[in-house]
Amino acid sequence: MYGLLFDASRCVGCEACLDACRAEFELPGTHGKKLSTTDYTVLEELDESYLRRMCMHCIEPSCASACPVGALHKTPEGPVVYEYEKCIGCRYCIVACPFGIPRYEWDSTTPRVQKCQLCSHRLVEGRPTACAEACEFDATVFGDRTELLAEAWKRIAEDPDTYAPRVYGAEEAGGTSVLIIGPPEIMNAFDVNIPRESLPQKTWVVLSQIPTAVGAAGAGMLAVNWIIRRRIALAKQRTESNGEGGAES
Amino acid sequence: MNRFLRHVTVWRLIGFLCVLAGGYATLIRITQGLGGSTNLNDTFPWGLWVGFDVLCGVGLAAGGFTVSALVYVLGIEKYRPLARPAVLTAFIGYVLVVGGLLFDLGHPFRIWHPIIMWNPHSVMFEVAWCVTLYTIVLAAEASVLVFEKLQWRRSTRFAHRLTFPLTILAVLLSMLHQSSLGSLFLIVPGRLHELWYTPLLPLLFFISAVAVGLSMAILESNLSAKTFNRALESDLLRSVGRIAAAVMAIYLAVRLLDMTRTGALAALWPVSRASVFFLVEISAGFVIPMLLFAWPRVRQNTQWLYHAAQLAVLGFIINRLNVTVTGFEVVRGETYTPAWTEIAVSLMLVTIGVTAFYLAARYLPVFESDPGEEGEPAMSGP
Repeated sequence: MYGLLFDASRCVGCEACLDACRAEFELPGTHGKKLSTTDYTVLEELDESYLRRMCMHCIEPSCASACPVGALHKTPEGPVVYEYEKCIGCRYCIVACPFGIPRYEWDSTTPRVQKCQLCSHRLVEGRPTACAEACEFDATVFGDRTELLAEAWKRIAEDPDTYAPRVYGAEEAGGTSVLIIGPPEIMNAFDVNIPRESLPQKTWVVLSQIPTAVGAAGAGMLAVNWIIRRRIALAKQRTESNGEGGAES
Repeated sequence: MNRFLRHVTVWRLIGFLCVLAGGYATLIRITQGLGGSTNLNDTFPWGLWVGFDVLCGVGLAAGGFTVSALVYVLGIEKYRPLARPAVLTAFIGYVLVVGGLLFDLGHPFRIWHPIIMWNPHSVMFEVAWCVTLYTIVLAAEASVLVFEKLQWRRSTRFAHRLTFPLTILAVLLSMLHQSSLGSLFLIVPGRLHELWYTPLLPLLFFISAVAVGLSMAILESNLSAKTFNRALESDLLRSVGRIAAAVMAIYLAVRLLDMTRTGALAALWPVSRASVFFLVEISAGFVIPMLLFAWPRVRQNTQWLYHAAQLAVLGFIINRLNVTVTGFEVVRGETYTPAWTEIAVSLMLVTIGVTAFYLAARYLPVFESDPGEEGEPAMSGP
């Protein structure tokens, strides 16, 4: 499974990655400061360092688990991709994403969900993402996720004064295909509310109980109903045999 | 002109204005998309249409399966007069939920996609199937009213024979549907405030739906008693109130014990926007109506019973809106206020619902006691 390593300590903010992304997907206009339907990735400036924001491509993506029609799925190569033709526009993916990444075309009457696709079309051809190919400073590196994780820890170990001792994406939301390292001021900018465990599991524990619950509740209701009917019938018999008649209905 | 004016009442005028405004809002929704017709954005992708039209619509329809389970599964005959109005309310409620979904979905014409494009790992997929199947079941349950009215004896007999299996299906589907609306939020532990997020959300959604379903049964009977000058089944409503109080007590016990266990109760102090909304919800929706329903003096007074039910419904609506909106707002530190168009569409749907219930109650044998499986179909009203 492929992924990206973003190294904020090496990023100089040249925006070559952003230009490459715009060119690859023929996105209109110039890049903005925040993710949008036409900005799949942005560079945020923090204390003279740069932080790349983009879809993290979770190993177990919440958005894909949330989508009722399977319009989002993770490909074997690693990207979490979106198929517009299936999408019904319920926006549960946007609610579910722990990183707050997907953007919706609110002003369209045929709206799409927009986010980074990790150049899935290039990956199947064995080519790296456009942004990684464009980076001349080894700040955005494309490769196998396991190797990138090792590379991330190697860079941290070689220069512990520069890097915070943490790889963002190693454990967040159960692990992501995009990994981020950098100086402490960058690493402290991340949302602290992101859980460490995989989130689709939280709904699956309930969904997987449905057959059992339906079976048990159905059988329970039939049993209770049978007992009640029988007791009513017996009570009726008893009153009739006592010669009182006038059984209640 | 005079004959026309005699039919104009304040409520009808308000309803007419709601439909007028809602119709204009519909036009804006169709031509300008969700962006032009709502205050939704990527931070608040769900708002009033999901929180009220869908979540409350489904919840307030819960009387349909609750009352019919009491009558047809548990065999408690005395509640039989309440079953038909409750099922009718549920059917109208579900049709309106589908209507609300057509407004809220970005691609309303793809509403059928979940039927052939499956993702069993998605709670929304479960929700979609529950809405579809239960709407069909409710239509079948309510069809008996039409058959009786038309005096189609064979269809009526057939529909009566289906009552029991349909009720079992209705209870199972409702159990899944009510709880799944809570399960929707299990995937957002970091984004929903801890006063509302708990792994028990599906259970809590189900219990509160049962409680509000019973409260709705009390409301309906009261409103229709006023409108149609019927005598009120006050004995019945009293005992429904007693059951509602018990269900609310169970809800409060589960919720508060769970909050103690997770430590979420600590979030009540210091006082914040979150804790105020939580306290309003829990007192208006559960504590006060429970005490009122449990208090014999209140139960003896039909008017007070009615007010307790009103409060329970209001608190329930606040609960669902807190889970969909407030719980997200307080974590993000940003606010969402519905646009006028969102409110207008919601009011229009409510008006359509009330009107449909009124017309059905007037022209169909809704308040005729269901004669049971063996009996002859009841004759329709005046």
